[in-house]
Amino acid sequence: MAIKKFVVGSFEDEAVLFQAVKKVRLAGYKLHDVFTPMPIHGLDKAMGLRETSIPTAGFIYGITGTTTALCGISYVLAYDWPLNIGGKPHFALPAWIPIMFELTVLFSAVGMVLTFCYLCQMAPFVRKHHFSLRATDDRFVMVVECTEKTNEEQLKSFLQQAGADEINTQNAETGWWLGSYSKNKKPFENPNTILA
Amino acid sequence: MALLKYESQVRPPLIEGDKSYHQITEDIVRPIEARPSKLWWFGFIFAVLLLIFGIFSVTREVIYGIGQWNLHKTVGWGWDITNFVWWVGIGHAGTLISAILLLFRQGWRTGVNRAAEAMTIFAVMCAGQFPIWHMGRVWMAFFVLPYPNTRGSLWPNFNSPLLWDVFAVGTYFTVSVLFWYCGLLPDLATVRDRAKLKWRKFFYGLTSFGWSGSTKHWQRHESLSLILAGLATPLVLSVHTIVSFDFATSVIPGWHTTIFPPYFVAGAVFSGFAMVQTLLIITRRVFRLQEYITLEHIDVMNKIIVTTGSIVGIAYLTELFVAWYSQNPYEQSQFMQSRANLFTPYGWAYYIMMSCNVLSPQIFWSRKMRRNLTVTFFMSIIVNIGMWFERFVIIVSSIYRDYLPSSWATYYSPSIWEVGFYLGTFGLFFTCYFLFSKFFPVIALAEIKHILKKSGDNYKGKMGEAERETPEAFAHEMAHAH
Repeated sequence: MAIKKFVVGSFEDEAVLFQAVKKVRLAGYKLHDVFTPMPIHGLDKAMGLRETSIPTAGFIYGITGTTTALCGISYVLAYDWPLNIGGKPHFALPAWIPIMFELTVLFSAVGMVLTFCYLCQMAPFVRKHHFSLRATDDRFVMVVECTEKTNEEQLKSFLQQAGADEINTQNAETGWWLGSYSKNKKPFENPNTILA
Repeated sequence: MALLKYESQVRPPLIEGDKSYHQITEDIVRPIEARPSKLWWFGFIFAVLLLIFGIFSVTREVIYGIGQWNLHKTVGWGWDITNFVWWVGIGHAGTLISAILLLFRQGWRTGVNRAAEAMTIFAVMCAGQFPIWHMGRVWMAFFVLPYPNTRGSLWPNFNSPLLWDVFAVGTYFTVSVLFWYCGLLPDLATVRDRAKLKWRKFFYGLTSFGWSGSTKHWQRHESLSLILAGLATPLVLSVHTIVSFDFATSVIPGWHTTIFPPYFVAGAVFSGFAMVQTLLIITRRVFRLQEYITLEHIDVMNKIIVTTGSIVGIAYLTELFVAWYSQNPYEQSQFMQSRANLFTPYGWAYYIMMSCNVLSPQIFWSRKMRRNLTVTFFMSIIVNIGMWFERFVIIVSSIYRDYLPSSWATYYSPSIWEVGFYLGTFGLFFTCYFLFSKFFPVIALAEIKHILKKSGDNYKGKMGEAERETPEAFAHEMAHAH
């Protein structure tokens, strides 16, 4: 991946950060990401990120689990080795509900977590560029990408006015989901808002 | 700003003291970065010794067979299955706190959920030991797995509650681990980013999976947690329901009872919360986390204990009523003689169960008692003893007198190796818990930070203006800006 230049502004208060995100987007800067120590509800909307599709993935994995259980058990008990237990039906659906339910939950949970790790590119031994070590402690770190049109000094003073109290420039190799971002594929809903 | 949700001033703060985000990190990560105390070493070594005794007891059982345990005809399930049900039940409180209270948006769960979930995982690990080693020829354990084989092909019986149990407990364990670990990722990243020592950087770098705190990742993380909670909620109810099916689908008087599923689930939550209290009262003291696990948390959990304890009490009385109302002589003999009659061989166990589970928790109607740590700690142990006896009463007193007096068993009491196995699972549980509390943040850092500005002592009251703008309104504004 290409090495890009970023201006990194660090905020102390999430309320200030919220307004700053708004200002940066309105001014048309290319907002790369905001790193926060805890989830901040509404920040994704403010940044214009789309909804995550993890719930949909979970549903699909879930019905895969249900189907696996139903097919597996009916193959075993009704086709491969039917047992006559007091003349009861081989296809004993009510008795299979517990296992069908459990496999639904199991497939859905495991699938969603793997999807989550895949989408976020998270795994043991994965190395990533961390813009600020305090982003996992107490700072709210906004990272703005410098394009060829961006005036770096202007951007820095803009961030300062927006409330950032530590500002620096970093060159970083971009990660996986940044890669598709650079092709304007995503993650922002409306790439047309990027003006400068 | 809508991101700072306003919370009623009537509610007491959940985080005491003048805290900032950084202070929270310091307080919670301190035990990980400090050297373990003498008390920690003492507890850890004691737990390991218990574990070794447990391993020794199990080894004897493997070598000599389950005759090592005093099981006999007709008592084929004794301490082992009692312990299995007991440990599984203890696990349920962790999932209740982490999943069900997440769905109900209970802020107080954040102080206790991490430790409670860890407790769940370790308790289920302990529970799993019992059915496995009870198999006797444990090297044949893979026979229960459904895979194409050359034995005929011999499949497990999917209509059997015992096999449902394998799936239920297996799924429960897996989902609990995933849920717990996903919650841990951001906190492990916090420890990683503070680490000065090389091994710590390596270890937490490895375990935090490269978490960065990106907003997109948080968005996915929140969504994932919510859905996992939604899955874990029916799952936790299903697990103890299925455990109760092990008994309820049989035709043994005393087991063959339709109220078992809700009754078992309530009992599981009851004993689980008692175990959470035991662990957290020690944890908050040892790691000086009283400002995060406050008396308020203890109070709330005691309310749950008195509620579920009373539900269990109603279930006991319902059983007695139904036995009388059924006019079935076997049911009546089971409940009126084998259990409620103090002068039958196991009558004493029934009355220990009744007094520990139903009578003694009633003390928690008093607010003063709910907030008294000594009383709470003592009661948490009493409740767990009571809940152990509940399972013992259900299992043993139902089977030690078979239909014919000729097969009325001699008195069943466990052998030292059966007891040793039980003690060994305590060793396993506490070894895991001590390691967890040393190497992982025992309180969910990110979640505590999330509620700081609405429930923190120093922020409550400043939040009157907080609710002016909703994120939806902001998004709307953004959409019309261009």
